[in-house]
Amino acid sequence: MDNNILLKIDEITKFFGEHKVLNKASLTVEKGEIVVVLGPSGCGKSTLLRCINGLEDIQGGSISLDGNVITQKDTRWTEIRQKIGMVFQSYDLFPHMTVLQNILLAPLRVQHRKKQDIKEDALKLLERVGLLDKKASYPSELSGGQRQRVAIVRALIMNPEIMLFDEVTAALDPEMVHEVLDVMLDLAKAGMTMVIVTHEMQFAKAIADKIVFMDNGEIVEISKPDIFFNNPQTERSQRFLNKFNYTEKR
Amino acid sequence: MVDYIKSFDIDFIKQHIPQYVDAAWLTLRIAFIGIALSLIIGLFCSLILHFKVPVIRHIVKGYIELSRNTPLLVQLFFLYFGLPKIGILLDSEHCAYIGLSFLGGSYMAESFRSGIEAIGKIQTESALSLGLSRFQVMLYIVLPQAFSVSLPSLCANVIFLIKETSVFSVVALADLMYVAKDLIGLYYNTDEALLMLVIAYIIILLPISIIAGILEKRLRHG
Ligand SMILES: Nc1ncnc2c1ncn2[C@@H]1O[C@H](COP(=O)(O)OP(=O)(O)O)[C@@H](O)[C@H]1O
Ligand SMILES: [Mg+2]
Repeated sequence: MDNNILLKIDEITKFFGEHKVLNKASLTVEKGEIVVVLGPSGCGKSTLLRCINGLEDIQGGSISLDGNVITQKDTRWTEIRQKIGMVFQSYDLFPHMTVLQNILLAPLRVQHRKKQDIKEDALKLLERVGLLDKKASYPSELSGGQRQRVAIVRALIMNPEIMLFDEVTAALDPEMVHEVLDVMLDLAKAGMTMVIVTHEMQFAKAIADKIVFMDNGEIVEISKPDIFFNNPQTERSQRFLNKFNYTEKR
Repeated sequence: MVDYIKSFDIDFIKQHIPQYVDAAWLTLRIAFIGIALSLIIGLFCSLILHFKVPVIRHIVKGYIELSRNTPLLVQLFFLYFGLPKIGILLDSEHCAYIGLSFLGGSYMAESFRSGIEAIGKIQTESALSLGLSRFQVMLYIVLPQAFSVSLPSLCANVIFLIKETSVFSVVALADLMYVAKDLIGLYYNTDEALLMLVIAYIIILLPISIIAGILEKRLRHG
């Protein structure tokens, strides 16, 4: 087995009631690799990410992290999830806590690290995303872009092995999209392993090592970005890209 | 109106104030203990309903229906006159604690439940993604937020329960209502006795509703 593989998704199938939302989806992610997942709305991208950290159960197939199968009945998700950082589309900071409290909660309560050490880490990370002066603010005092940057820091401080991003800029005002994407580009440079769901095509092209195209619960194509964008290998991905070019030009 | 007030027997009032003060303390003590128990019962019940604990949740549902659909008076009669028939003897004060918390528990449960439900799923999921256990998510994320959502209705329940304490005179507990009825029975000074009763309740309830109002404003803006 290739010991460079961090995450292995093996033919997973997911039903919501009668509705098959993921159909034998397979994907491997290597250490340090950046995978961007594209596809029309409702095709199962969020569900795929949510299965990886156990927010959804699966009805078939398996997922392994570091070579260990994590989709078993007795999986200890509180341990696995510490290795998997996730940032959602909606602003999900805890509104009753300050920025710093948001960031420190899990390292304190889950990892039982020393407050002094993690506070230092937290301040360094906040500085890195340009939000040091907001450490005592409440989420309601922050813009959408600032909140998403804090959410990224909150996940990073756990020292995850992999980060999952689910359309983290989709709900942002256009002028704030870049400040968040820049943080992600910075992470990519630092060697973080990432699975990113996005509709920002330019960003996808720039950051991805590998593009995964999904449609209707299936993984239709996995290609290098230059191949995917210039010479898509399937008819369905061509159609998807055409629609995008059309809407982008308009 | 002035004549009516002048007709009040001031000496009578002065003479019986200590009785009212004692009764007010008793009422407050029952209210305090009953409400504290109500909050604990309510919180437990709402958590059982929220986590859909098998079997127990049906018992909780039954309890809430029973408690909300029978008057406190009937519940107290049952405790005070019914239970002794099957060999369980309770004194008036314990009847009052049990009766008030039996009633209050279901009201508090409903308040907590609506607060917990108001906290979006995304809050729970993002906390779970950070590796928190279900218990920790409840403790650190859901309950603190649910509490501020529930606060207005929790405060309304507190005031409602303090008012309900007036029923305890039926189980021969020397609370405010009992003292007033007693004085009326003994001396026929109905106006004075009732006036002191009203004033006593206002003295107890007014500060509580003012504090509740301040708390609510704080939490809403905080
Ligand atoms: N909790 C749910 N219950 C039922 N159906 C769901 C649920 N979540 C998502 N779905 C359905 O699953 C499909 C995939 O959803 P999702 O993964 O959110 O798509 P995407 O993120 O690609 O837009 C959609 O058809 C959606 O309606
Ligand atoms: Mg989605």
